[in-house]
Amino acid sequence: MLKQSDILQTLDMIDHQHLDVRTITMGISLRDCANPDINVCAQNIYDKICRKAENLVAVGCSIESEYGIPIVNKRISVTPISMIAESCTSADYAVIARALDAAAKACGVNFIGGYSALVHKGFTIGDERLIASIPEALSTTDLVCSSVNVATTKAGINMDAVARMGRVIKETARLTADADGLGCAKLVVFANAVEDNPFMAGAFHGIGEPECVINVGVSGPGVVHNALKAVHNQPFDVVAETIKRTAFRVTRMGQLVAQVASERLNVPFGVVDLSLAPTPAIGDSVARILEEMGLEVCGTHGTTAALALLNDAVKKGGIMASSHVGGLSGAFIPVSEDEGMIAAAERGTLTLDKLEAMTCVCSVGLDMIAVPGDTSAETISAIIADEAAIGMVNSKTTAVRLIPAPGKTVGDQVEFGGLLGSAPVIPVHPESAAEFIARGGRIPAPMQSLKN
Amino acid sequence: MKSVMTVIGPDRVGIIAGVSTLLAELNINILDLSQTIMNGIFTMTLIVDIEAANRPFEDIRSALSEHGKASNLDIRIMRATTFSAMRSI
Repeated sequence: MLKQSDILQTLDMIDHQHLDVRTITMGISLRDCANPDINVCAQNIYDKICRKAENLVAVGCSIESEYGIPIVNKRISVTPISMIAESCTSADYAVIARALDAAAKACGVNFIGGYSALVHKGFTIGDERLIASIPEALSTTDLVCSSVNVATTKAGINMDAVARMGRVIKETARLTADADGLGCAKLVVFANAVEDNPFMAGAFHGIGEPECVINVGVSGPGVVHNALKAVHNQPFDVVAETIKRTAFRVTRMGQLVAQVASERLNVPFGVVDLSLAPTPAIGDSVARILEEMGLEVCGTHGTTAALALLNDAVKKGGIMASSHVGGLSGAFIPVSEDEGMIAAAERGTLTLDKLEAMTCVCSVGLDMIAVPGDTSAETISAIIADEAAIGMVNSKTTAVRLIPAPGKTVGDQVEFGGLLGSAPVIPVHPESAAEFIARGGRIPAPMQSLKN
Repeated sequence: MKSVMTVIGPDRVGIIAGVSTLLAELNINILDLSQTIMNGIFTMTLIVDIEAANRPFEDIRSALSEHGKASNLDIRIMRATTFSAMRSI
């Protein structure tokens, strides 16, 4: 029996606490699109995406209307393009990036992910070509997102790839300098990348995935924050329990949307990603949840512990609410996309080193962080190596999405607009890691990899 | 198909009359209704059955929303599963 108070409380969550489904992402396999002629391959890709995702946006909008649940993004992820393009004789993979961009625009989605390569143990010819083409691909398209996996717990860290990605990030920033290096906001460097992540910029359709699949990412930092206001000054047991209950409700909504979308699109349901994804809007911030637990500013001492509790409770609450949980599942800490993180970084309390510590206990990693434009490629590579080491040793996904904003220095502001938000440029250590990065080779897989 | 309707706005004479007349015109049956005044604001939730409605869901939604705008009320309709999914295991 529905109670009036429950109905009104749910509406209040939607209206005032930013309760929403963050994304419905359709994963599409492109494995049947390969062709020696890159233009034919690009056409095959365009045709298949348009065929499969033809109704994605319309179905998303109808669910939004009928069920009253805002669905912020409709997106597409595809098989890593390095694998599909590898049989092409041409090395100019940016042609395929432009086909992806055109298909995404034709379908009306707001991002398409999968301009990707998995190189944790080494490069194939397709991987080499794809990575070389990333700066051009991201600077000549609007909606294409790219990711490169450089490490896994099983394989260790490919330090040649780490070195190369530092240079790719710098070059992408240079080619998109007129937009503060916006191209870098669409490029993620992963360790332990997951195959069913619905969130951008790191989504791709993994090789173990079916022909087509629907994955849903939920959100709701505002709802969690609001629930915690009611348990002010109470012990952490109560805090954890409150977050779990809230996460359960939020995830149920995601599960409902995923099921209905799967039925209407006649595409199997994959996973619900139990993530707490912030937006730059006031009242939709992960940082403010941590502050609600009793921290004056996010980034001060205690922040890592607070985030560890939050991340764990979100998963525990969400897991029973969904039949299949996957993706990244945890709290995100993208600096430019979180109003509280932006404020903490502007104040100087939230530093790169503290963010690195926080990535040990939450999902993903150093995300949407603007650093000075003169940061060297080697320093960026060294930051990637640190983050990959955390992922490798702790058997978790970590990622780096840094923006070395061209011409900007510490204290300047970088504006991306929309969900990507804005961020203050924060300092990196000036001491060099160039010799460290120049070594190349592979950091061997840790003992944790030997589980058999 | 069960749906939940909410009607919220400043209290005055004839709110229920207006809403229920519109629902009758749309051939929508009211299954349950709960109404109260919260801090001087008229607040009504209805459980309705739109199975036999003479218009598709999107039309019903916009007809109710337009009636709401004209009468200074916030009127919404959404499927009941939204609420039951969130509130029950």
